[in-house]
Amino acid sequence: MSLVPVNEPVVNPRAPFYRRLPVVSHFQKSVGLQRGMLVAGLILTAIFLLTACFAPLLAPYGYSQLSDADGNFPTQEAPGGKHLLGTTVGGYDVLSRVIWGAQTALFVIVVAVLMSVVIGVILGLVSGYIGGWLDRILVVIADAVYAFPSLLVAIVMAIVISGGQSSLIGGIFAAGTAITLVFIPQYFRVIRAETVRLKAEPFVESAKVVGASNTRIMTRHIYKNATRSLPLIFTLNASEAILILAGLGFLGFGIEPSSAAEWGYDLNKALADTTSGIWWTGLFPGVAIVLTVMGLTLVGESINDLNDPRLRGRKAAGATGGPDSSTAAQAAISADVRGI
Amino acid sequence: MTINIHSVPDQPRPADQPVLAIDHLKVTFATDGGDVYAVKDVSLDVRPGEVLAIVGESGSGKTVTAKTILVLLPETATSGGAVLINGNNVISVSASKLRQIRGRDVAMVFQEPSTALNPVFTVGWQIAEGILAHAGGPGGKRVTAKEAKVRAIEALRKVGIPDPEHRVNYYPHQFSGGQKQRVVIAAALALNPGLIVADEPTTALDVTVQAEILELLRDLRDKYGTSIVLITHNMGVVADLADRVVVMYQGDVVEEASSRVLFAEPKQDYTRKLLAAVPHLGRNSASEGLEERAHRSSPVLVEATNLTIEYPGRLGTPAFKAVDGVSFTVSEGEVFGLVGESGSGKTTIGRAIAGLNRTTGGSLKVLGYEMLNLKERTFKPLRKDIGFVFQDPAASFNPQLTIGECVAEPMIIHTAPSPAQARKRVGELLESVQLPASYADRYPHELSGGQRQRASLARALILNPRLLIADEPTSALDVSVQAKVLELFKEIQAEFGFAALFISHDLAVVDILSQWVGVLYKGKLVEQGIGSQVMGAPQHDYTKRLIASLPVPDPDEQARRRAAHRALLAT
Repeated sequence: MSLVPVNEPVVNPRAPFYRRLPVVSHFQKSVGLQRGMLVAGLILTAIFLLTACFAPLLAPYGYSQLSDADGNFPTQEAPGGKHLLGTTVGGYDVLSRVIWGAQTALFVIVVAVLMSVVIGVILGLVSGYIGGWLDRILVVIADAVYAFPSLLVAIVMAIVISGGQSSLIGGIFAAGTAITLVFIPQYFRVIRAETVRLKAEPFVESAKVVGASNTRIMTRHIYKNATRSLPLIFTLNASEAILILAGLGFLGFGIEPSSAAEWGYDLNKALADTTSGIWWTGLFPGVAIVLTVMGLTLVGESINDLNDPRLRGRKAAGATGGPDSSTAAQAAISADVRGI
Repeated sequence: MTINIHSVPDQPRPADQPVLAIDHLKVTFATDGGDVYAVKDVSLDVRPGEVLAIVGESGSGKTVTAKTILVLLPETATSGGAVLINGNNVISVSASKLRQIRGRDVAMVFQEPSTALNPVFTVGWQIAEGILAHAGGPGGKRVTAKEAKVRAIEALRKVGIPDPEHRVNYYPHQFSGGQKQRVVIAAALALNPGLIVADEPTTALDVTVQAEILELLRDLRDKYGTSIVLITHNMGVVADLADRVVVMYQGDVVEEASSRVLFAEPKQDYTRKLLAAVPHLGRNSASEGLEERAHRSSPVLVEATNLTIEYPGRLGTPAFKAVDGVSFTVSEGEVFGLVGESGSGKTTIGRAIAGLNRTTGGSLKVLGYEMLNLKERTFKPLRKDIGFVFQDPAASFNPQLTIGECVAEPMIIHTAPSPAQARKRVGELLESVQLPASYADRYPHELSGGQRQRASLARALILNPRLLIADEPTSALDVSVQAKVLELFKEIQAEFGFAALFISHDLAVVDILSQWVGVLYKGKLVEQGIGSQVMGAPQHDYTKRLIASLPVPDPDEQARRRAAHRALLAT
């Protein structure tokens, strides 16, 4: 008897596969300002992803390149000419460092988020479903990690794993693991809360009644239903991962400039330049961080709003189509509304 | 009456002028799937001192109509037409004018009293809130908090809350469900509005409590001349209270007539079908003409002896006895009906038989297996002989799996069939519950409530169980759908011959299906016997009260029953 269907937006399973993908289905549901925000976020994110993927083609020089056929690069040269965005105090090309930095950031996001998603989801499912002392211990550990400032945990992890400085792979994994450790509690909590809720749902009980094993219930019945909010945390965490990576680099726990380009490291080195009026070494890596984080956050926040029917904007009733054109849709909905 | 000082209407209300007039109301919702026309064209009026019932099944637009009267629709709704309350069109008045009208001219009683009251404030505060909100407005005097409280006490007394001076300071959780609904009605009455809109005011309540609330509403009308718009799907409630009835179907008014005329000679086909689908106690009983218990010689499948089930209390509080020393048996092929109100322990018993709850005392033997100290591993092989149908068909299917996958699940777990075998069996089962086999590929949300409950029955029966437990399988369904599902259940039970434990709060429904009926009250089995005998000549006081409280869909018969009920309570 509800007036408005306030359940999760049901993505029509009959729609073609690509239309049911998280971001695509959200795009189709959005209108007005919400669609604008989503599109802006998607464009920024797409630019970031493309830059990261095609860095070797886009960047004029390598990330650690200090000279070319014409000899050594000049240091602290203003933007223009051969070096579009100028060069740093060490003689690196700023444009190339910014472009290669996108690649490092993407690697770290993928490593960190993948590891934390896998571990967080498994722990959350088991902890929420089995319950008891295992659940209590895991929750306490997750809370303890939560209580630490995330950057501090990341620093400690970076030191533990690589002694603070390292090569590309080592550095990425050090940063990735550090970020993973910070993020696991988030995934763990979200999945655990969903699992605890779903455990009491009649469809889980009906699986119990027919004799399904715990593993089967967790994998077949709870897993898919509990992971619906993951795309949202995924995007929001990706932007946080970039910030932590940049923070690590800025504090000097990043990746050596000879191993990979890293925005935070470049910002750190640009610190001294600011006072002498050299703005380009700090500005461009900073802008790169801001735009990437903003893009990912916009996508995440839009998905969040679109997932909630109460926050989602809709076209006013009566704006499109007459009663005839939507009779079928209406029949489907009234069947849907009835079932709530 | 002290309460009246405040309610000076803007213009004097002539006796014959309607309190509420709805003129060609149209409400449209914007949804993800396009516009939904919830109310298409509704016109009606309510005269002073009249109880108008709006009845209809879910999706008929009755609740939307009710909410429009108080302009409580969400932002996604667009409404057209006119809703006149004492001459003011609430759809077009300004927000401040609307606030004056709400509470003073029209008030609302909601379905679920537990959620309509704010748990962190005392009930007195919540009633006074409305009084204070209207103080100082045009036609109103300044009211101090003290005066407001006095009037809140007065309102509580009116609705029959005992000891109102003291209980005005209670919090909602200190009241029972029925009393909470009284408090909600008191809050609606506080400003003495000419019109009360009651949206399913008794749906969330037990039958015995429902009878009291209906009595209260009738009193309000008789004593204070309050008009009531009663939104309900329950035909018994309509027969009990309404003067005039409006039947709605898919956003349109199908028929409008006085209560007596409508029940005696419905004009429209839809109304006729609707009335025919309402289960009527004493008609169509499964145990008609039985002299002794059927299936007595068949083997016993479930045997409870002094069964006790306790829920552990919180620290320092004793354990809660949900089921207290209950003994009964269910034999092969028998339908055992278990009736009781909320909190009677009927669901707990059903769940214990299926191994979802642990028993704590006595003995419960299911298919020869002792459920006390149940071990899941040893009980699992028996699960294929037990089917379970849940109350809410929407929630008992995994939304991510197709109906076919859901129905086949018990089979996959117990017999590991090939996909072709599973498909074939699912098709057979769906056909025997009168669903097309092609529905196996659909997802649960693509089916209607009744279809889902049929699929749920198919899932319970796929392994040919010897015992089926049905926990309120029809209470989430509309009456016309319920009638079809009950008929199907009856046919299938006759065909498959399984034993069934049928749990319901609805006496009439239980009577249609079960030969043997047990009545639970506060965890105790107070009476059991042949269905028609328990319903026709109840022995225990509680059973008598329960049956007398049940409103029947016939105004004249209900008036007689009401008198009998009053007499019963007076003794």
